[in-house]
Amino acid sequence: MSDINVNTPMENLTIGGNIYTSGNARDFKTGDWRSAKPVYISENCKQCGLCFPVCPDNAIPVCKDTLQRTDFNYDYCKGCGVCAKVCPFKAIEMKEEGEE
Amino acid sequence: MADEMKKPYNLKEVVATKPSRFTEGHRMCAGCGAPVVGRMILRALHEEDHAVIANATGCMEVSTFIYPYTAWTDSFIHTAFECAGATCSGAEAAYKSLKKQGKLPQNKNTKFIAFGGDGGTYDIGLQSLSGAMERGHDMTYVCYDNGAYMNTGIQRSSATPKFADTTTTPAGKVVPGKMQSRKDLTEIMVGHHLPYVAQSIAVGNFKDLYEKSEKAIYTQGPTFLNVLAPCPRGWGYPTDALMQINKLAVDTCYWPLYEVVDGVYHITYKPSKKLPIEEFLRPQKRFKHMFAQGNEWMIEEFQKEVDKRWQELLDLEEMTNRVTE
Repeated sequence: MSDINVNTPMENLTIGGNIYTSGNARDFKTGDWRSAKPVYISENCKQCGLCFPVCPDNAIPVCKDTLQRTDFNYDYCKGCGVCAKVCPFKAIEMKEEGEE
Repeated sequence: MADEMKKPYNLKEVVATKPSRFTEGHRMCAGCGAPVVGRMILRALHEEDHAVIANATGCMEVSTFIYPYTAWTDSFIHTAFECAGATCSGAEAAYKSLKKQGKLPQNKNTKFIAFGGDGGTYDIGLQSLSGAMERGHDMTYVCYDNGAYMNTGIQRSSATPKFADTTTTPAGKVVPGKMQSRKDLTEIMVGHHLPYVAQSIAVGNFKDLYEKSEKAIYTQGPTFLNVLAPCPRGWGYPTDALMQINKLAVDTCYWPLYEVVDGVYHITYKPSKKLPIEEFLRPQKRFKHMFAQGNEWMIEEFQKEVDKRWQELLDLEEMTNRVTE
């Protein structure tokens, strides 16, 4: 499905514009929209759980077994900063994209 | 249902163990409030259940379903502005019939959910929503209310609060922004005498939103959820302030959290200290003109309207609970 692009001839498109795969938006990386980057400072993190449900882009992975968050998934993070603003422990710092 | 409700809500467990049915890679704006609520609502589905989702035209539809990509892991129907209620109810009726005929597995459970923005729900889709609810289909309609037609460039809708500056109600010397009051859709839905109607928001640990979604989805019959979903672009606040705006919306009682079960009101959050409405208005550029000198009357009027609606809600809660006791 994801190999269909603007240059695909009409006759190769799916009938009715149907999409047969599930959740394949994951193949579309939105990380390059970002102009600000959240940086995870794990030593400040108390695993309070305030940041991961507020991410509009599901870019904060949570481990199934330990129920703890891990580093950002920069493939999708759009750099909105909602997570950094809700963090009470300064465990997320917003930096300009490209800055180290 | 009673057994499932006994298990206390645990945010981390819900997020970690329930797969996201609304994936990353969608093209909503950075900091948008809608995917946050959409994802949490779908997490309230039981893992073994399949869902059919119909979506009215709006931000959420056009940016999650851009051919050839879909951000939904369940069946999704891309429908027109006025049709989410009709489409979803039709799918539900077809499913019921096919199941009865033995053409679909008897042991599989499918839930029907329609999503619409405030434009597609309060205005354009109101008739099909009302029809679907009245016919009693087993479905849940979710309105994510961002208070204007954000998708097409911030035109006013009937969900836009009074005095808000939008591209079709520009605030200036003559016009003070939108001149009419906001329609109260949740009350209109209560008027349909549905088994479950609720108003919610993404706040704190999302317990309110999750539990209401679960109740809405797993209550037999037509149910309705109205969820406020702030829009940084249309409301004019920094993209990172989503959760603060949400909190202010409930603490000023601009967006009361309540549910109506079989006609009985239950307010699920009463702020210990009700904040003045300025707190909610100030961070948003769409209300900037209300703080200009000489425009104090706008804030006063806004406050009066909020107070009036809050008092009405408190009265309704008291009245409906008294009757049933």
